[in-house]
Amino acid sequence: MYDFAYEKPTALAAAVASLAGDMDAKALAGGQTFIPVLKQRLNKPTTVVDLAALGLVGITVTADSVTIGAMTTHGEVALSAAVQKAIPALANLASMIGDWQVRHRGTIGGSLANNDPSACYPSAVLALGATIVTDRRSIAADDYFQGMFTTALEQGEIITKVIFPIPQKAAYQKFRNPASRYAMVGVFVAKTAAGVRVAVTGAAQGGVFRHAAFEAALSANFSPDAIAGIATSADDLNSDIHASAEYRAHLIGVMAKRAVAGT
Amino acid sequence: MPQVTLTVNGKSHTVEVEGRTLLVELLREKLGLTGTHVGCDTSQCGACTVHLNGTSVKSCTTLALQADGGVVTTIEGLAAADGTLHPMQEAFREHHALQCGFCTPGMVMSAVDLVNSNPQGLSESDIRHGLEGNLCRCTGYHNIVKAVAAAWPVMHGKETVAAE
Repeated sequence: MYDFAYEKPTALAAAVASLAGDMDAKALAGGQTFIPVLKQRLNKPTTVVDLAALGLVGITVTADSVTIGAMTTHGEVALSAAVQKAIPALANLASMIGDWQVRHRGTIGGSLANNDPSACYPSAVLALGATIVTDRRSIAADDYFQGMFTTALEQGEIITKVIFPIPQKAAYQKFRNPASRYAMVGVFVAKTAAGVRVAVTGAAQGGVFRHAAFEAALSANFSPDAIAGIATSADDLNSDIHASAEYRAHLIGVMAKRAVAGT
Repeated sequence: MPQVTLTVNGKSHTVEVEGRTLLVELLREKLGLTGTHVGCDTSQCGACTVHLNGTSVKSCTTLALQADGGVVTTIEGLAAADGTLHPMQEAFREHHALQCGFCTPGMVMSAVDLVNSNPQGLSESDIRHGLEGNLCRCTGYHNIVKAVAAAWPVMHGKETVAAE
């Protein structure tokens, strides 16, 4: 790892200023992706700005929404009785990220800022139509994800919280990489008053995406049978030593059916 | 050079570190606590697991400076001052839950947190899934699972270790 200066500001404005003043400064959330990236020398920040002392932690549940502070860990979301009651699929998703040590450090804000194409959280955010709140604005999920490791965030923009509308029902199904437990394919299905939204992670070269054909079929008939005959194109899906694009295309259908059955 | 102050196994330390110094490097190289192992160094194997503020973390994936002001427990901090093993260590010994021993410090630290976090009980499946972050290449895990199951009632005061 290259060396860097380390800062741990206690005010959001100070963190924003540190990041805005230096194009090579990087924000540190839980570090469960970022520190391995630094160790591989894939990134060489001048300054690492630790967001842990900004008070961005906590979960608030109202009648129609769940709000999660950006620095809330996967473990806290997984074990939150309030989240388990309001959006059980979200707590379940968090409980399947990595392992306990990773869940004790990794955060929702870090996952979303990084937008790894095989991360779990982007699928929940996109399928539930969540709102990402930053130090300067609110961003709708549909506008936020802009391709692999690419988001609507500006240089130095810090996610402060994520607001999830509570759906009528939802479920997440994930086909894990057997060694590392990331999503080789993950499908989040949400049934809301406005219709069904289906988001797929882990599969596509461009990162998380909505599955329009599944959404239309499930909005008309919310059952696994409704999507049983719909094939997913393997174009633009990832192909690697773990799974071919064709296999991932097949898994999207299987995971989506299981998710619908599990709501 | 930045300084980090933290409590390790009940003792306060102030140490000079670099920004990039990992918590495991601080423990092993600055404090000489080599019970915490580095296995994969890629956040997968869990050999470096310690407790930071009461929960299990991978010390190879935590910066020393992130632990500033924190409380760390390593494998060296589990046994009593007189050498009496922690119930989890005793259970690992009793159930032959280690062979080469390389993964054992991390495995024990994860297992202690898992048992502490689940006072309502742990099924065999809970134990297997709860230890997903720790790899063992010798035992096949079966005796580790047995040891954790055996330590649970002792740690929760429901049973004492049977005398040999």
